[in-house]
Amino acid sequence: MADSHHETNEHNDVRRLHDSKVANPLLRWIDQRMPVISMIQLEYGSFPTPRNFNYFWNFGALAMVTLAIMIATGVVLSMQYAAHTMLAFDSVERIMRDVNYGWLLRYAHANGASMFFIVTYIHMWRSLHYGSYKSPRELLWMLGVVLFILMMATAFMGYVLPWGQMSFWGATVITNLFSALPVVGQSIVTWLWGGFSVDNPTLNRFFSLHYLLPFVIVGVTFLHVVALHITGSNNPLGIEPKTKQDTIPFHPYYTMKDSFGIVVFLIVYAVLVFFMPNYLGHPDNYIPANPLVTPAHIVPEWYFLPFYAILRAVPDKLGGVVLMGGALVILFFLPWLDSSPVRSMRFRPITRWLFLLWTVNFFVLGYVGGKPAEQPYILIAQISTAYYFAYFLVILPFLSKFERPLPLPESIAHAVLSRRGGGPLPAGATAKPMEKA
Amino acid sequence: MRRFVPTLKAAAVAAVLALAPVAFDQGARAAEGGPESGHDVIKIPNTDFSFDGIFGTFDRASAQRGFQVYKEVCAACHSMRHLSYRHLTGIGLTPAQVQALASQFQVQDGPNDNGEMFERPARPSDHFRRPFANDAAARAANNGALPPDLSVMVKAREGGADYLHALLVGYSDPPEGITIAEGMHYNKYFPGHQIAMAPPLNTDGQVTYVDGTNATVDQMATDIATFLAWAAEPELEQRRAMGVRMIIFLTILAGLAYAVKRKVWSDLH
Repeated sequence: MADSHHETNEHNDVRRLHDSKVANPLLRWIDQRMPVISMIQLEYGSFPTPRNFNYFWNFGALAMVTLAIMIATGVVLSMQYAAHTMLAFDSVERIMRDVNYGWLLRYAHANGASMFFIVTYIHMWRSLHYGSYKSPRELLWMLGVVLFILMMATAFMGYVLPWGQMSFWGATVITNLFSALPVVGQSIVTWLWGGFSVDNPTLNRFFSLHYLLPFVIVGVTFLHVVALHITGSNNPLGIEPKTKQDTIPFHPYYTMKDSFGIVVFLIVYAVLVFFMPNYLGHPDNYIPANPLVTPAHIVPEWYFLPFYAILRAVPDKLGGVVLMGGALVILFFLPWLDSSPVRSMRFRPITRWLFLLWTVNFFVLGYVGGKPAEQPYILIAQISTAYYFAYFLVILPFLSKFERPLPLPESIAHAVLSRRGGGPLPAGATAKPMEKA
Repeated sequence: MRRFVPTLKAAAVAAVLALAPVAFDQGARAAEGGPESGHDVIKIPNTDFSFDGIFGTFDRASAQRGFQVYKEVCAACHSMRHLSYRHLTGIGLTPAQVQALASQFQVQDGPNDNGEMFERPARPSDHFRRPFANDAAARAANNGALPPDLSVMVKAREGGADYLHALLVGYSDPPEGITIAEGMHYNKYFPGHQIAMAPPLNTDGQVTYVDGTNATVDQMATDIATFLAWAAEPELEQRRAMGVRMIIFLTILAGLAYAVKRKVWSDLH
């Protein structure tokens, strides 16, 4: 290895090799040729990160952990699952009864979907509240919206796989939405189904896509992180870091804070999996799919309910489909709809309240989405849908013309240290200049 | 204290957002009510079961009595196709008892070397014998109604074991002004109140329990609900025991992680 010939060669090629600082010779050899170790050190070790994150900044890492859990449990479950209408329901029950810890894998996977949506919704709420979608992070935000839509598609198809009553009828209702499209609608539905009703070909392709899309999510997540590491993270103040005082290295500060967050997340997850595994599910999905018996109320999974409410808010089928699609598509335009240069709602005294109202409004949509389509829920859904869109199309574009933002702090460090200095501090916790970065 | 305020605020908002699925779910659940509309909500009375609560376990004696009720009453019409005789060790039967029990049933096997199907005594590895060859035969024998499989019935009905118990004791003559269709029966707790199943447990002492327990209708209903709750979730005890250990472990780990986090961050404060 260390003969002179080799050394010379290395010297000749030195400009083509990465200048690695790794001490271990083997790892350095690898790192010179494929600098992933340097990259991890740069992007997750010394990566300068605003020092003032609150716990809302844990949820990106939590989503990534959930994605890993979902893929790990899903790959193992698929080894025992049979994607056939005659076998699917029974194979799932077999997993629950006869596969070693099959019940744990399945409950972890099914509740993992709910946890994935909980952390993703909070992650998105964080971006909306602190203006993380604004320049220069527009593409980062848009990739996030792509991830959210991919997640919805994956979760929907996963819910079909156990082939229970809600699987079958949910698939029927949602795929039928495409029939609202003019001219080509019915052909598209037949094409999606692979036949003239939801049947074995539908189940087969949903299984195939349910296995494929998570890896697409992994790919887009990678792009999401690449985009994040170009612009750097936003922070609760919504002002960019200016000096080294404003940032700290990602490791060990945020690796440790994320680790704590992950453990707390796992506690919530464990409560669901071990003590209330079917709480978020629907009893009808333990009845095998029966095309001849329609359930009294076809309800999607909880995480789709706000969008389901928007879908049903208008009596016209095509109108409902367009509104529901619009509720997602509008998110892509958000960076340009919001005309205020101020990011964080902390400094937007009027918008802040209208945004909190929007948050409550989203809960209201979720609530009426789970109710039968009758009065007064239809009226509530209509008002809530109107506000959902008005926030994006009226309030964000125009309000900043009248709203006077509160004065922004000079810098992140200034804001953090002056807040700390305001009260009695415990011994040893006095503010000192930040030298780490 | 002041520096905890942002953290507390963030935690409060996160908690509210995390509660969203619960709130949504309540909405979805309230919509379940009756078959015709969301207004006819039937209140299911709560029954005290041995497996209620976080630390509840299946009362083995009750589950075994429940299996006896299933075998002597329910099994005439209802299959339990996801269960094998060997699973019954889960409610406390010994392997020898399971062997003896299984051999009472004749199941179809084959084809043999001559290409013919044949009957033989069941083995512990066989699934519970089904009362009917297929759904059409089941309907033909039951006035057109299909008796559902009971393997996961407790998970397939809103209210679970409480609902099953209520249903089994909920038969009565219809109240004034309600007419019941031909071949149907009035039941207080069945959605729509008209059920095709005739009252399966109608007299005290219908089953003679081998352990001498007085077989009132309520007792039999409790026992069968216990047995079916076990059948639907045979992993329940293991799951909860593992869950308790998990939560304790994770809580300690969270405490340690928080302490380390505070230590790491202390040079910034």
